[in-house]
Amino acid sequence: MANQQAGATTSAVIVDDLHKAFGELEVLKGVSLNAREGDVVSMIGASGSGKSTFLRCINFLEMPTKGRIVVTGEEIALKPARDGNLHPSDKRQLERIRTKLGMVFQSFNLWQHMTVIENVMEAPVHVLKVPKAEARARAEALLQKVGLYDKRDQYPAFLSGGQQQRAAIARALAMEPKVMLFDEPTSALDPELVGEVLKVIRDLAKEGRTMILVTHEMKFARDVSSHVIYLHQGVIEEEGPPAQVFGTPRSERCKQFVSGIH
Amino acid sequence: MADKPGFPEILSLGNTGYGDELLWGAVMTLNIALFAYGIGLSIGIVGAICKLHGSKLTRSILNGYTTLVRAVPELILILLLYYAGTAALNALLASLGYGAFAINGFMAAVIVLGFVQGAYSTEVLRAAIMAIPVGQLEAARSFGMSPWMEFRRITLPAMLPFALPGLANLWLICTKDTVLIAVVGYTELALATRQAAGNTKMYFTFFMVAGAIYLLISLLSQKGFNWLEARVRRGQRVQV
Repeated sequence: MANQQAGATTSAVIVDDLHKAFGELEVLKGVSLNAREGDVVSMIGASGSGKSTFLRCINFLEMPTKGRIVVTGEEIALKPARDGNLHPSDKRQLERIRTKLGMVFQSFNLWQHMTVIENVMEAPVHVLKVPKAEARARAEALLQKVGLYDKRDQYPAFLSGGQQQRAAIARALAMEPKVMLFDEPTSALDPELVGEVLKVIRDLAKEGRTMILVTHEMKFARDVSSHVIYLHQGVIEEEGPPAQVFGTPRSERCKQFVSGIH
Repeated sequence: MADKPGFPEILSLGNTGYGDELLWGAVMTLNIALFAYGIGLSIGIVGAICKLHGSKLTRSILNGYTTLVRAVPELILILLLYYAGTAALNALLASLGYGAFAINGFMAAVIVLGFVQGAYSTEVLRAAIMAIPVGQLEAARSFGMSPWMEFRRITLPAMLPFALPGLANLWLICTKDTVLIAVVGYTELALATRQAAGNTKMYFTFFMVAGAIYLLISLLSQKGFNWLEARVRRGQRVQV
């Protein structure tokens, strides 16, 4: 890490010098991050700055071209593949590490053929082998928490976007992940539904959950984050506590980018 | 027998009527169709996965398979397998020191129709898998599912709404393609009908009855597939 020291608290996610190219196009040019336990790291930046790609590299939905990723102290073993990217060399390790990373997608990606509660129970029951009754009890509690207990037997397609995203958050939480990854969780929502989802995420932040959040919601990022990273064209242009990034940024570009919010 | 039996009596079961022969033929038809369809689906699932994720070589072999099968008439394939296939198999067995092996009509029918169905199923299932929104599969992966679990728990059920209309079609085609097997002398519904009609000269009666049986199979199948489709589409909003 360039300008962040892993102090007494342990690191939940370390990303070191991550590069990602799609063919000739280099989307990430060496991005690093250290999320300690309890940190809320927000990644902001214009569309195309690479922030979503960065997040998707952490759980290898995209394969990075170069770099190192360590999750809860365990480095993911990588080997170069023919496509020019690094691929995890140990499928089992990757699957195990992915269970520690709760991913929330921009477009929810709830499984359409399952009811809400089945979505929440699916991975605990089949991946973690939690007994069904226990998984159901946990799922019900989580749905209660995100305000969807009444909708538990509905299919996702019959819910609003905000409800689907809250269900998706419950689904991720059901794995009891060490780190939550949010990939623009409110970008696909109608403006009036953004609030209900942000409230849930804000509550998680208050609980001290470790989260990495890619977002366009600047005010929200300023309020909940412990650390903000401003990405520009695949490099970190500015990073630090929200007060610094939003209040007294050194970079002119960052100053312009955040000037819209008050 | 003093008098030749007339229309309803000719369909009775037992010695005087042909009802039992026709029923047996219908059962054989359904048997062939079910086995062939099962083989076709199995080939189709493996074929679709290999076409989507296989190596270049696997993909080109499968492309050759689907292109060829869909180009050559089933009748030719049946004759080819039944006559040439038996000869080739026996030559192979002889060279290994085994005795000759007779492919019966049932096996030939099931294997050839299954082989043909496999090519069409491959395409139906490939298209259905491709129609699954990619996010559904990314979600499965991000939760630590292994490829096999992802396929079983997510891909398979998620593709069914897209696959079922095509698969229903294939089943109906399969039940009707079974008549082709009559050419190698295996008695299913069509051949039983032709024999009964030839013996009694009541062509109209028997072919109408056979037609009605095929219609019945078809109608019942459609009901079954409609029920199945409604079930797998439970999670989808009906678009009016």
